[in-house]
Amino acid sequence: MTVTTSTPKSGSTQRGNRARPGQSSPKLAYLPIIFLAFAIGIPLLIIVVYSFLEKPSQGTGVKWVFTTENYKALFIQQKLDGTTALDTRYLKVLWTSFTYSLITTTVTLILSVPVAMWIATRDARRRTLLVALVTLPFWISILIRTYGMRQIIADEGPIGKFLGLFNIDWSILYSPPATILGLIYVFLPFMILPIYASAERFDFRLAEAAYDLGAKKLTVVRKIILPAIRPGIISGIALVFIPALGSFLQSDMLGGGKTNMVANVIANNFGQARNWPFGSALAVLLIVLTLLFVLIIQGISQRRGDKVELV
Amino acid sequence: MTITKTPTTKRGKLVNLRNFPGFNPTAWFVLFFLYSPLIYVVIYSFNSSRIGAVWESFSVKWYGRVFENNDIQRALKNSLQVGLVATVLSTILAVMAALGLLRMKRAGKAVAIALIGAPLIIAEIVLAVGTLGLFIAVGVPLGKIGLMVAHTAFCIPFALLPIRARLSQLDMAPFEAASDLGANESQILRRITLPLLAPAIVAGALLAFAISIDDFITSFFVAGPGATTLPVYIFGMIRSTVTPEVNAISTLLLLFSGTVLIGSYLIQRKRR
Repeated sequence: MTVTTSTPKSGSTQRGNRARPGQSSPKLAYLPIIFLAFAIGIPLLIIVVYSFLEKPSQGTGVKWVFTTENYKALFIQQKLDGTTALDTRYLKVLWTSFTYSLITTTVTLILSVPVAMWIATRDARRRTLLVALVTLPFWISILIRTYGMRQIIADEGPIGKFLGLFNIDWSILYSPPATILGLIYVFLPFMILPIYASAERFDFRLAEAAYDLGAKKLTVVRKIILPAIRPGIISGIALVFIPALGSFLQSDMLGGGKTNMVANVIANNFGQARNWPFGSALAVLLIVLTLLFVLIIQGISQRRGDKVELV
Repeated sequence: MTITKTPTTKRGKLVNLRNFPGFNPTAWFVLFFLYSPLIYVVIYSFNSSRIGAVWESFSVKWYGRVFENNDIQRALKNSLQVGLVATVLSTILAVMAALGLLRMKRAGKAVAIALIGAPLIIAEIVLAVGTLGLFIAVGVPLGKIGLMVAHTAFCIPFALLPIRARLSQLDMAPFEAASDLGANESQILRRITLPLLAPAIVAGALLAFAISIDDFITSFFVAGPGATTLPVYIFGMIRSTVTPEVNAISTLLLLFSGTVLIGSYLIQRKRR
């Protein structure tokens, strides 16, 4: 065995280009990939295929006849007399989902920036505790959190009782605002945490320097702090908007079924309505919208030169 | 982290970011907002009244009901079984994927990352109904086995997150040394890679377990009548009536989540 005297650069040892963590061959990834192709890839493919099939005359499932009717049915209504008209019901559902998600994202963003900055400027021990406090809800079932919110905002809940003392009527449960409040509540930690991760890395002496040089407080925020935490903001927007768009529980439990979001309509078509092909077409639409949003986010972050990895 | 406390500046005082106007009240409001529903649930789980919103007197009877309720026991058992299997399988697969991905070619890597990332991006409802379609198409009976497969799949990206993060931070030196000294692939994997990754693997497993135990939508569609998990059961209870029992279950689950979080925190701190 020969002894190399020069120190080889990382990876180029005498045993060839193998000295990296994960020495193991790429074959190791084959099994997980095959598994995911089965358990994730095929279900997605099935949804796309189903969306082009007919609904059986009775029962659930699909009839193997090609059709594009499901996509037409998203926008066009067949009337009984054979004429067709624009059907806005599903467009409304999409619009509802989009606006709810947008409001949720905006409100969580407005709340999260101050919170993240505030946590990042506490001393080390407090910071650890505060981060744990924000992380804990993340570990708690969304179902239970939504249920807790339902009790808080119920007519006879604490808010209702308090306002009742002043004879103010409180009735928001089972309405669009309740759904939005639930979405904000559930997804808030998803916005705080990535922004905090950026804020924590920020060197606050820069802000001090800017202030020393005569910048106003607001200028410091706009020109120094916001650009520094922008990667966190962009990840936060993605982490809130994407799951909010596909959310099911909040509109079901807090909106009382009156304000359907896309996920509720999809679920209904695979459940009681028993129209799998139409539900699939809606699901495909939801996938397309989600991917469109991902592309936009990636475009923005690339143009800005921030490195935002969604996956 | 640099938070300088003392320097005095030309303008007399430090640009006190610590006391930025509005930050303090916003932060306290948000913490209050995040915790009041949870605290409410915990407090009212000790309420003896049948009617959820009316406080009668302190009682632990709903906890008694929870422990007597066989359906809850069964649902909990299903949840734990599915959760444990999904955790073990998804963590193993995530470790394999993380290591294999390092040396994969571009094209293969892109496909792999798209598949792994899909559950993070695509709405759960879509994957849930797709999985339902798959199981019916290939004849997998709806139940625990199918549930385990589905949970394993969407837990992989979560288990992978800390493992990939750790892998990218690892120091190359031990690997080069081992390789130079003649260790083969499996020796390096066993003696260096896995021990160095251990804290991240534990973190990934905990994350996977939490995701699996909390899952509602996929379980709702794929469980079938026989394998109802705890969230699916709770959803049924909440939907039909308001029962104080749910407050008691929720409190127990809160306690459990808190314990797991504190546990994972302690493990990671100790290993560091």
